[in-house]
Amino acid sequence: MTLHVDGAVIGRRLPRKEDARLLTGRGTFVDDVVFPGMLHVAFVRSPIARGRIRSLDISTARDLPGVLAVLTATEIDRFNAKLLTFFFTPPAEFPFPLLARDRVAHVGEPIAMVVAQDRYIAEDAASLVTVEYEEETPVVTIAEAMRAPPIHTGADSNVGAVIGVEQDEDLEAAMASAPYLLTRTVRHQRIAQSPMETRGVVASKQGDELLVHISCQSPHLVARYLSHALDQPHLSIRVIAKDVGGGFGFKNHPWREEMSVIVGCMLLGRPLKWIEDRWENLVAACQAREQEMTVRIGLDRDGKLLASHSDYSLNSGAFPQVPDANVAVHMFMWAAYKMPQCGFYSRAWYSNTAGLGAYRGPWGMESLARETLLDVAARELGIDPVEIRRRNLITKADQPCTTPLGIPLEDITPAECLEKLLEKFDVTAFRAEQAAARQEGRYLGLGIAAYIEPTGAAGSMAPMTGEFVQLRIEPTGTVTALMSTHSQGHGTQSTMAQVIADQLGVAYEDVQVFEGDSSRGGFGPGAAGSRQGVIGGGACRRAAALLKEKVVRVAAHIFNVSAESIAIDNGIVHIAGAEKQARSLRQIAEIAYGEPSRLPPGMESGLEAQYRYDPPPVTYTSAAHACVVEVDVDTGFVKIRRWLSCEDCGTIINPAVVEGQIAGGLAQAIGAVLLEETGYDDRGNPLAVTYKDYLLPSIADVPDFEYLHACTPSQSEGGFRGVGEGGAIIGPPTLVNAIADALAPFGEVPLDLPLTPPKLLAVIEGRPLAKPAEKPATQPMPEPIASPAEEVTPHREAGVLVDGSWKMVLATPMGPQPMTGHFETQGGVLKGTLASDQGSQDFEGTVTGNLLKWEMKVTKPMPLTLKYELLIDGDTLFGKAKLGIFGTAKVTGQRASTTTG
Amino acid sequence: MSEHKIELSINGRRQRATVEGRMLLSDFLRVDAGYTGVHVGCEHGVCGACTVIVDGLAVRSCLMLAVQADRCKVTTVEGLAADENSLHPIQQAMRDEHALQCGFCTPGVVMTLAALTGGAEKPDAETLLASMSGHVCRCTGYQGIRRAILKLAGESEAKQP
Repeated sequence: MTLHVDGAVIGRRLPRKEDARLLTGRGTFVDDVVFPGMLHVAFVRSPIARGRIRSLDISTARDLPGVLAVLTATEIDRFNAKLLTFFFTPPAEFPFPLLARDRVAHVGEPIAMVVAQDRYIAEDAASLVTVEYEEETPVVTIAEAMRAPPIHTGADSNVGAVIGVEQDEDLEAAMASAPYLLTRTVRHQRIAQSPMETRGVVASKQGDELLVHISCQSPHLVARYLSHALDQPHLSIRVIAKDVGGGFGFKNHPWREEMSVIVGCMLLGRPLKWIEDRWENLVAACQAREQEMTVRIGLDRDGKLLASHSDYSLNSGAFPQVPDANVAVHMFMWAAYKMPQCGFYSRAWYSNTAGLGAYRGPWGMESLARETLLDVAARELGIDPVEIRRRNLITKADQPCTTPLGIPLEDITPAECLEKLLEKFDVTAFRAEQAAARQEGRYLGLGIAAYIEPTGAAGSMAPMTGEFVQLRIEPTGTVTALMSTHSQGHGTQSTMAQVIADQLGVAYEDVQVFEGDSSRGGFGPGAAGSRQGVIGGGACRRAAALLKEKVVRVAAHIFNVSAESIAIDNGIVHIAGAEKQARSLRQIAEIAYGEPSRLPPGMESGLEAQYRYDPPPVTYTSAAHACVVEVDVDTGFVKIRRWLSCEDCGTIINPAVVEGQIAGGLAQAIGAVLLEETGYDDRGNPLAVTYKDYLLPSIADVPDFEYLHACTPSQSEGGFRGVGEGGAIIGPPTLVNAIADALAPFGEVPLDLPLTPPKLLAVIEGRPLAKPAEKPATQPMPEPIASPAEEVTPHREAGVLVDGSWKMVLATPMGPQPMTGHFETQGGVLKGTLASDQGSQDFEGTVTGNLLKWEMKVTKPMPLTLKYELLIDGDTLFGKAKLGIFGTAKVTGQRASTTTG
Repeated sequence: MSEHKIELSINGRRQRATVEGRMLLSDFLRVDAGYTGVHVGCEHGVCGACTVIVDGLAVRSCLMLAVQADRCKVTTVEGLAADENSLHPIQQAMRDEHALQCGFCTPGVVMTLAALTGGAEKPDAETLLASMSGHVCRCTGYQGIRRAILKLAGESEAKQP
């Protein structure tokens, strides 16, 4: 099982260091972790989608032998632990409970947790907990959420977040004057992310030390999250995740069950383990997508883009981890194309369904909508799908440029990827084959799509920091790296070792990468936004360069030669012209650690370096894909015959890892387009609760992929670009376009995933697809459970008490932003300061009666002018802030203190 | 709860145990016997991650009770390679072909392929590929698994007279 390789290792298909343990069953996944005295948790979950808990009887369950405790919200809430978003912000203006309190808001919601000596007994006892509910009519779909009263007490509507502008006059004028206007609604079904390992946590506390083993995407991020969420400053928190069986965004951070287990462990003083079973995973865990987008595109008759507007809604469920309206969907909608003007309106809707979580390429709806509509436009205008893209894609020659939504572009290559793809795929030959096949009653289709994606983002959002490595050459001569990165299958122990080996001049087998422990390395958000290769790779290069410099200085001093004459190759330190004096790194290291007197004067002993690399704010990856399908017009089944990927992820560290990432994303895309769907009946009961109902792609559904690599080095250290999410983003439109092309002789394929055989047969047979029956009109609409906020009207009366401090909340696209406002008035002039954890800023505006108005410029997350308009009513304030192209955000506030004087 | 005394061989070692009637073989192997390479992905027989070899046949250990393994010969992924420092040919082929990412489904995939190729008959690539319809891998898109199978089948065909 040796891994010895000679020569440069960057760009080589090396075997992974992780594989020896994983192939032999010696990995350490969370369920493999055992503590003495450890107890097991099972949750009691709501069987209804919406209602009031009338009574909860745990007595029979608690009396079962082997049961240590049955905990409910009453006990768990004593710790006052908070659920937070990935950005460490509150998920909404009202708190999300860990365990349900007096109401339930979706099927599967955790109500109580049983703690017992084994999982069998815990589940026995969970079934003995009696809960009586007063059931209410649930709000299930986006359409229902739009017209129903709010499902949450304390919310004034079911809109969890809103950004953008519903109708912009200039944009409407541009579209009205466009020679051709295309309007389509694209629907993406709800997806269960389905890592093969479910969620799980083992929490243990010794005195003030909390040790959490958890299936996650970054132990560092979980440790930081727990620090904020628990708010117990005396606690020393350590989080470990050695091996994780897939993440895909689903395991970004702990949620209700994991937090309940951690709090339960602290309450009971015993190590607790909870491993989610697959039924819980499909019923109760956060899910993804369930989006719909109505897109209008104005084009000229040659297919040149003129203007576009997208109206986007997503069903964020009852308690979403991602309670935002996903601004990235709109930021990247047209970023790769020459679109003169575009706008958007985006709303996230609360409903009585499982909460929204992240999933690989969370903003990918933009590529699905754009690329499928471009094909519809091409077909209607009689333009080739390749040609319509050629006419509109931004090329290298068009750059640098800035998109209408303010994204600066310098080195994207979607047009170049498309051309490279077409060198390998002969469209003319395919069209001939397609025509011949149609003569035989066989329906082939070609789908093409192109896109860019933001990768390696850092510096604009709280968790998206640089990446960090502590690197040392041990006294043994081997190299150890402690990293902020984390693998849930990404193979960062291998790719980071390749980068270090190359930069340092040592063998791949001599570099050992350690990650998966928050007490090692430093903060990093882990696998989030295709960042680890870009930023972790950059950190490895910089740290290795520092370390190499030290080795060179030490060797030059010892041998009394110039630094220029020293070279390190394959772990040997060579001296030009004196080969006999060559020494192994071990020999140099032994001196560096053990004989400090032989080091240059003043030099710190040891061979250690560390570096936190902050890359450019965003590094773009581009790609173009082509896919050929055959649709069986008797059965509606789709067979994928060929799939080519041409991506530009810059300098490639390990092609096998890059291709593995692309393939995995594409397989998930195939699942989304053809198979996967988790949905609800009209009472909010989940319809896919096992893998017999939730269909994942099998080996027969996924073809052999062909890869072309464009390899344009990025501006980031090492030239890397991220590649973790691309397949999942570009895959769906590529496949939908191929199916639509195959069935074009029959009619237009609905842009409504998944494209199941019944949906395709409806197109083939030319009959309208049966629509799900609307709820009968007699069914009562849910009763409102919260009274809407009082309307405050502006008035011009003097004497309104403005001056002083205010606690305010700005509902931004990233979640609620708490702020402190300080106002001083002098006549009609308002002077003040707004402070948040992002910093503080002064402003000047006007006061008229109870109306305050001012403008201020911000630079993060991008340059914007914020226009505030607030109304004061006694000790409260209400109003809005216009966030430029991001639309309008709600502002609320309470008086904190008054200034007299 | 009914309790049963069982005696079985796991990875070549005989072992006695007392198990509840409802104890799943997967839980027994993981928790009682300590073979945590048996991964439980769905507990309803679809994903295949928990596959072990029982008396020469690939079996989903989440669909079998421990008591049913009484007097059986069980092999888990830990017991497949000749020794701690080597890989079974299936494991080696999967490593060479990058047939895994997170490694959670991997032990099940390895065990099914090992069961099918362990006997005197050498199944062709088509048979081995068809057997993978009983395994879900969410990471790799099956690319490396398919390459490993083609490599294994090619090698066994080449060896045949």
